[in-house]
Amino acid sequence: MSEKVLMKGNEAIAEAAIRCGCRHYFGYPITPQTEIAAYMSKRMPKIGGTFLQAESEIAAINMVYGCASTGKRAMTSSSSPGVSLKAEGMSYLAGADLPALIVNVQRGGPGLGGIQPSQSDYFFMTRGPGHGDFRIIVLAPATVQEMADMTRLAFELGEKYRMPAMLLADGTMGQMMEPVSLPDDRGTEYLESGASGDWATTGTQCKRAHHIVNSLYLKPEELEKSNRERFERYAKLEKEECRWEEHLMDDAEICVVSVGITARVAKNAIAAARREGIKVGMIRPITLYPFPKEALAKAAAKVKGFLTVELNMGQMNEDVKLATGCAKPVAMCNRVGGMIPSTDEVLEAIRKEAK
Amino acid sequence: MTYECIMAGFGGQGLLFSGKVLAHAALIEGKELSWLPSYGPEMRGGTCNCSVIVSDEPVGSPIIAHPNILMAMNEPSLDKFEAAAAAGAEVFVDSSLIARKVRRDDVCATYVPATEMAKEMEATSLANMILLGAIVKKTGCVKCETVAEALKQTISARKAGLLELNLKAVGRGFDFMNQDK
Amino acid sequence: MAVVFSKPKALTDAVLHYCPGCTHGIVHRLVAEAIDELGIEGRTIGIAPVGCSVMAYDYFACDMIEASHGRAPAVATGVKRSLPESVVFTYQGDGDLASIGLCETVSTACRGENITIIFINNAIYGMTGGQMAPTSLVGQVTQTSPYGRDPKTQGMPIRICELLATLDAPAYLERVAVNSVAHVRQAKKAILKAFRNQVEGRGFSLVEVVSTCPTNWGLTPEKACAFVEEKMIPFYPLGCYKDKEQGK
Repeated sequence: MSEKVLMKGNEAIAEAAIRCGCRHYFGYPITPQTEIAAYMSKRMPKIGGTFLQAESEIAAINMVYGCASTGKRAMTSSSSPGVSLKAEGMSYLAGADLPALIVNVQRGGPGLGGIQPSQSDYFFMTRGPGHGDFRIIVLAPATVQEMADMTRLAFELGEKYRMPAMLLADGTMGQMMEPVSLPDDRGTEYLESGASGDWATTGTQCKRAHHIVNSLYLKPEELEKSNRERFERYAKLEKEECRWEEHLMDDAEICVVSVGITARVAKNAIAAARREGIKVGMIRPITLYPFPKEALAKAAAKVKGFLTVELNMGQMNEDVKLATGCAKPVAMCNRVGGMIPSTDEVLEAIRKEAK
Repeated sequence: MTYECIMAGFGGQGLLFSGKVLAHAALIEGKELSWLPSYGPEMRGGTCNCSVIVSDEPVGSPIIAHPNILMAMNEPSLDKFEAAAAAGAEVFVDSSLIARKVRRDDVCATYVPATEMAKEMEATSLANMILLGAIVKKTGCVKCETVAEALKQTISARKAGLLELNLKAVGRGFDFMNQDK
Repeated sequence: MAVVFSKPKALTDAVLHYCPGCTHGIVHRLVAEAIDELGIEGRTIGIAPVGCSVMAYDYFACDMIEASHGRAPAVATGVKRSLPESVVFTYQGDGDLASIGLCETVSTACRGENITIIFINNAIYGMTGGQMAPTSLVGQVTQTSPYGRDPKTQGMPIRICELLATLDAPAYLERVAVNSVAHVRQAKKAILKAFRNQVEGRGFSLVEVVSTCPTNWGLTPEKACAFVEEKMIPFYPLGCYKDKEQGK
């Protein structure tokens, strides 16, 4: 870990990706994530990498698909409306079992929506963003430090499980600056290791049978088999890779569940509520897929109720209900359209649940 | 101590930059901090603000509901954030641009004719740095000497020639607060 | 005994699924011959499209990637940027290249991406059973233009070589046909050149091959070849539309 520097979340992702050996970025400008593209356009040419401003989000994700087919660490980034356009590509990446990093710095929707922070792509990302039966790894950073750290994690998990991985942030995370210890630069080391899967299409050199990167199975029994195999991998992922943070949960009677910017607002509200003697804590999911179901189920045995704080109409709220089997009430404090609940609003919601 | 500072005004007044300098100064001092801009299409002329938190504790929410430091560079911003300010807040008003006085009596107002002062320096665009100097001097949210170092680190290569002028502007802010006593 | 004719090495032993009389087989062979002649199979990566040639990945012996509909040029760009020493080609039909993927086609050409595109224009959607293509001729009856293509409501056919020739970046654009021996010979030359251009770093090369679809045209293979000569070629004139090497 290096000395702390001050960076925007978007920039931290870009620099961290480079330090992980990502040398190929394909993207298209859209607020509030454009700093990633701008940063890459500055850095990539100086380190022999590729920055390509694609003609569309669709082209960008397909360039990532092509690059990932060759076994390289490739990435793209966008914000909600642009990520809709990437859905097709994400489905193909998943269908061809290709790892790749997709960053979604969310803004309000649906449609053109707004440009202010949102978490309203939660369902879209966690349920398999595109046609067909698939999932992608979804990580939810809540600090600029996590934006950097989770970039590496996303690459590594994606490669380990051979599936696309996403950093799902809200606009605030992308735009804010905080001190960050960037990961050590192991880019060159990674590249020199020649790491690329034994499945990659790098040219046969006339020494092996041809590799095919493909998601087409015209025989239904084969497609079924491929789907089932993929879901066995997902099961392993769900078992081994759930990540979450517990905050003041030891004696908590109310469990706040929140991610990203709202988890930070909630932290302030929890501190205020504790000063009033309310026993409240928080479980902050770090992986949204796989969702930390067990941690929540365990908490359900102890607490009186849950309170989700989110920037959507209650998408994660449903996951908490599913994870806990509705064993305890799951209330919600939410704002949408780019609005963010204030500490006072969250505190009021906590007080209400404490009654 | 936690300083929750909102700098607000028109786009183009350098509000994000003065916030950045303050954030950098906090970084140099090893403090916890966050810097959050209002973002959007209002690059020039629209309303614009940034929130900087400087603290000895890890920063929770980077969103400031009740600033204890407010820097206002136009009247709409003063209208908006004066009401939200915490009791006892330090409110810095660019009195060259805002005619009215601060209405609340539970906050501490400082009137700095920053834009006039900047004009005298033939650097109208540095009113933000004069105000930053005043804020740092009066509140002690970071040390005065750290601001100079932060400026050196923050100023872009393209504008490196303006470093001296920026430092001078911050110095005017310090001096103004000395006279004010 | 001397071997005078054999399957190119760059084709696998897989049996082609194409309909009788379809010219995909000829074009596959021409592509494979070019790869063989240039000795580039080991570093060639092909991109298959969505359309009749979707399963081209089984037929070419080099590494292959299956792209989503229309996106082959973007996928090819990703591969080429990752492996600049590789030889990357896409093999696309008219729906893939000239309709759903038109944006990728034009943008990739505009960037002068150093890749080779083989564009099969048979004026119909074959894979889905004979619907109107962006290149279907005026008056052509298809499943989705049952009264014949009407320019008033369905627009005019698109001429890709002419369109791309307006751009500065492409190195080579040529339209050929495979409905006669003479035309096949010309097509062979053009495809070879389009690959050689890439090997020599000249940039974006596209060969449009006016092809047949006897099944969906409802014609015998022989009559389909005549249709190419009498109807297709007059609207889609053969020839070289751009060749930077020749200063054209």
